[in-house]
Amino acid sequence: MILIVDMNCKKDSLGYFEFVVPIIEVIKNLSTWSVKHFLEVKKEDLARCDAVVLSGTPLKDTATLKQPERFQWLTETDKPVVGICAGMETIGMVFGMHLRPYLEIGMTPVKVVKENPFVTGDFRAYSLHSVCVEPMVDFEVWAESPNCIQIIKHKRKEIYGLLFHPEVRNQEILRRFIQEQETKK
Amino acid sequence: MRLGILFSGGKDSTLALHYAEEKEQVACLITLLSKNKESYMFHTPNIDITTLQAESLCLPQIAKTTAGEKEKELQDLEDAIAEAASKFKIEGVVTGAVESVYQAERVQRICSKLNLWCFNPLWKHDQKTLLEEILKRRFKAVISGVFAYPLDEKWLGKQIDAPLISKLVELQQKYGISPSGEGGEFETTVLDAPRFRKKIEVLDYAVEAKGNSGVFKITSARLVEK
Repeated sequence: MILIVDMNCKKDSLGYFEFVVPIIEVIKNLSTWSVKHFLEVKKEDLARCDAVVLSGTPLKDTATLKQPERFQWLTETDKPVVGICAGMETIGMVFGMHLRPYLEIGMTPVKVVKENPFVTGDFRAYSLHSVCVEPMVDFEVWAESPNCIQIIKHKRKEIYGLLFHPEVRNQEILRRFIQEQETKK
Repeated sequence: MRLGILFSGGKDSTLALHYAEEKEQVACLITLLSKNKESYMFHTPNIDITTLQAESLCLPQIAKTTAGEKEKELQDLEDAIAEAASKFKIEGVVTGAVESVYQAERVQRICSKLNLWCFNPLWKHDQKTLLEEILKRRFKAVISGVFAYPLDEKWLGKQIDAPLISKLVELQQKYGISPSGEGGEFETTVLDAPRFRKKIEVLDYAVEAKGNSGVFKITSARLVEK
């Protein structure tokens, strides 16, 4: 079961339709799933799931970045986690990465800088962010755009960050992550 | 949060309005009346009917005319949104975008520039499910324009109902058309929806069609009790 964490500032928000439903659309035929708002994620939810997807949020919604204490579970969990956009920024914040304001909206060229199981060649991705992360010793950079790091992976954990929106374009990246969890069963 | 709906009078912006009202406060409609029938950004058939729809919805409307030239229409949209922000104190904008990155990113940029929230509640939803949702909510939406093979004059003015959805899904499998018209294959006009206080009665219309392109132009209509 995939736990989708709704990162919108409030539960049952208008942003749910835009940032959570499209993730469900991508994974619904690959795995079972359940959604929890970030303020309601409990240890039992993490214990029950096979992997976690942290959703994105509207551009002006930076609520998760103001509540790092709500995401300490990221440092403790042994479950694979992929954070999309605000999800990646939140991962960066929790692990001590420096966050830098940088606005990118629309299709963005992405260059793969390290061989990885998500993507094999350079691609164009849909961006919608006002912040990006700076490099850090605990994370590998797998791909970047001219101005921002686009894909990261924790060096010792299965924790990934995608700054772009794979639920909009490049859905196969999200599918590969889910399929990998399914093959582990 | 007070929101303005980018409203074309078609099924998507009307459904987006219903979603928005279930979560936040809708303060106004924002409509661009494009003179360009092939506008990349704005739905065009029966855009004048939005005045009746706004009256039925009891919502004020900012309606701006645009020549519909590719990038100039974005400035016109920005001006309309800025006017809505100043007049109705909206804090965000809602669109009915489903698939078009072209449309979505341009509205996102305008909202970012004006420091407004931007919501796209139908974004990347399954298109057949969206069509079923408008049936479930008892929208009366008719096909007001067709612009792609194999759609033709016979489709114009038809109401979206279960058999029509099945036919569109069949055409998707056979010809790859988008079943909800996301690729601009067809446009719709909503004559009734749950939030309408009164429904729209079409008194007269004209069909202008040639091959796989045509419009169902409502030339006279009025609001009547439901």
